[in-house]
Amino acid sequence: MNRILAKTQLSDDVYMMRLDAPHIARERLPGQFVILQLDNDYGERIPLTIADADPAEGSLTIIFQAVGKTTHNLADKAVGESVVSVLGPLGQPTHIEKFGTVVCVGGGIGVAPLHPIVKGMKQAGNRVIVIVGARNRKLVILEEQMRALADEFIVCTDDGSYGRKALVTEPLKEVCARIPKPELAVAIGPPVMMKFCAEATRPFGVHTLVSLNTIMIDGTGMCGGCRVTVGGQTKFVCVDGPEFDGHKVDFDNMMQRLKAYRKHEDTAHHQCHLDAEIQAKERSLS
Amino acid sequence: MSHITPEALAEAAHRELDAILKKTAPLTPKERIAIPVQDMPTQDPEVRRKNVQEVALGYTPEQARLESMRCLQCRNAPCVQGCPVRIDIPGFLKAAAAGDFLGACAVIKKNSLLPAVCGRVCPQEVQCQEHCTVGKSLKSVDKAVSIGRVERYVADLERDSGKAVSPVIKPATGKKVAVIGSGPASVTVAADVRREGHQVVMFEAFHKPGGVLVYGIPEFRLPKAIVQKEIDALLAMGVEIKTNFVIGRTRKLKALIEEDGFDAVFIGTGAGLPKFMNIEGENLVGVFAANEYLTRANLMKAYDFGRADTPIYRAGRVAILGGGNVAMDAARTAVRLGAAEVHVIYRRTEVEMPARVEEIAHAKEEGVIFHLLENVSRVMGDENGCVKAVECLRYELGEPDASGRRRPVEIKGSEFIRDVEAVIVAIGNDSNPLIPRTTEGLKTTKWGNIIVDETGKTSIDGVYAGGDIVLGAATVILAMGEGRRAAASINERLK
Repeated sequence: MNRILAKTQLSDDVYMMRLDAPHIARERLPGQFVILQLDNDYGERIPLTIADADPAEGSLTIIFQAVGKTTHNLADKAVGESVVSVLGPLGQPTHIEKFGTVVCVGGGIGVAPLHPIVKGMKQAGNRVIVIVGARNRKLVILEEQMRALADEFIVCTDDGSYGRKALVTEPLKEVCARIPKPELAVAIGPPVMMKFCAEATRPFGVHTLVSLNTIMIDGTGMCGGCRVTVGGQTKFVCVDGPEFDGHKVDFDNMMQRLKAYRKHEDTAHHQCHLDAEIQAKERSLS
Repeated sequence: MSHITPEALAEAAHRELDAILKKTAPLTPKERIAIPVQDMPTQDPEVRRKNVQEVALGYTPEQARLESMRCLQCRNAPCVQGCPVRIDIPGFLKAAAAGDFLGACAVIKKNSLLPAVCGRVCPQEVQCQEHCTVGKSLKSVDKAVSIGRVERYVADLERDSGKAVSPVIKPATGKKVAVIGSGPASVTVAADVRREGHQVVMFEAFHKPGGVLVYGIPEFRLPKAIVQKEIDALLAMGVEIKTNFVIGRTRKLKALIEEDGFDAVFIGTGAGLPKFMNIEGENLVGVFAANEYLTRANLMKAYDFGRADTPIYRAGRVAILGGGNVAMDAARTAVRLGAAEVHVIYRRTEVEMPARVEEIAHAKEEGVIFHLLENVSRVMGDENGCVKAVECLRYELGEPDASGRRRPVEIKGSEFIRDVEAVIVAIGNDSNPLIPRTTEGLKTTKWGNIIVDETGKTSIDGVYAGGDIVLGAATVILAMGEGRRAAASINERLK
């Protein structure tokens, strides 16, 4: 049982939660993730990234978008309620050392897992350039925190409602074209964004890490559902990743695999909205 | 093979037993051998294809007694030599033959902790029953005394009677033992160590304990309620179980000893890292490791459409690659999920199949189609990256290989296409790397199996291991045997 200590709605469907999880808070390192479940009998297990942790308080901060049944139900939970299962920290931590200049790119809620990496890279003595992108101004998250950490901070939106009207790949290319070029790029966000970030850095020969969030069940190597093709080899995101060399990941295959249960999810999502409507009606009637 | 109804089997057994009980003289060996083998009553294949309830329904009391009477009570008890945990088989069959079923169960429980589980999933035909004198004299292992079926009967009866006796726990010693994993090896260690009065904490990565018994073996072969009873028994003994706790990540193994005050650690994390074939197309949408497919169906209850949140891939035509018990479980699960055609593809012949004869027979009864001397060489996808077919090659058997089985050799140019929409890979597991990778000094073989000495001790002082993480993928009972051995060493160490 993991009690919800705090909850903030960051935008229409993006939430930040602080959970009581002392063991995970103590052990977690940048780059790692958790698997969470709301009902141990019929609930699904979903991987979520870690935005921050406070070992002293024994708490873990997660940021998630309410897109499916479980994330919707999680968003409906109030402070003081509990999440029945949280497993972690999972995956290999980010390799952090003093590289020189590191450019960190976050798209959408991918900014959440990027946050501890930026923090770690900064602490290791790197010059850190942060590029944050979102569809519109309302969807930009953790701006203050990132601005405080970054040596250079660039924000862009798809619709130009805030910062530059551009995709993150545009400033990323510019940064890579500088002399000297950055030693490392880290890109976390929607698969298609990571794919194009990797394409953006490839001509410059800037080593690029991406953090993959694939379908998984156990998160410990047992099920093989999370596998991706990296450099022609099969790798498990949960134990070999989640970070891989973006220039070697077969993103197209990964994106197809992410859609494996789309039909089922659409039905479940639709059902979950219907249920919510029914509940709302019942509440208004009583 | 036509299906005999449970009623007909019960009726026949009733008559047979009546006739025997009317006799006054003790049964001669000849008369015992003449008692017909008691078939296991099962659900009608046409019915069970559409449900997840247990296939084997269990003996009636008459059947259990009759089957036990078939035992000749051989003085040298060859069957016991075939049992990894050395159950006093003639002893329990003698009690069962006399109708003392609880007494029979007590005899088994001296050596085995999980008789209801082992009675269901042990490969008795290559263990105790392989050595049975009755089977030998009737020249067929199928005609050996059905030791496992009687074991299951008495264990179920004891559980349902509410008269199961909780083992005596010795006074607290103040010593603490960590057990990593909660499958058959770990359950055995936890119980054996707890009995000596040591505190036991079990760590399970999943949200439910039971290991392969809950995520791997399907409900229709091993009802989860039975596993839960065994777990409840551990809890009643005072074993503490921490779920959602993965050693190596949530806590390092060494921290358990150096900081948390554990006096010994047992690693029983199983063989959880599915093997793939390294062929073209195996990461297409619709290709699954059997582990994933079965975990979705079993642990996550994906068969319960509409109720379970976890989806499972439903396809009309499903190919299963492999010939072991896991392959049979996956094939029969696919049948129950509504697949129109389920094809098991195996590169040797049925004789070499590692699956139990009973599982193969059940799969056939349920309509699973077997393709022998055939192997998949490539998975083919459509424009969306979804499986649409497999390319297969025909094989023939060549010279015996190191395992003594005749080596399958591909027939060049024999490629052909089989249209399927899903592929389930059930060709075995490698050992899980999580603990070895995060535990410095823990020695493993080149395949990643933890190396132990004859007492179950690893290269780290105070750390023991057993089950599939040591053996590679094996069986429930072998894992229990390993657990028993490691528990004995742990108890010795903590004296």
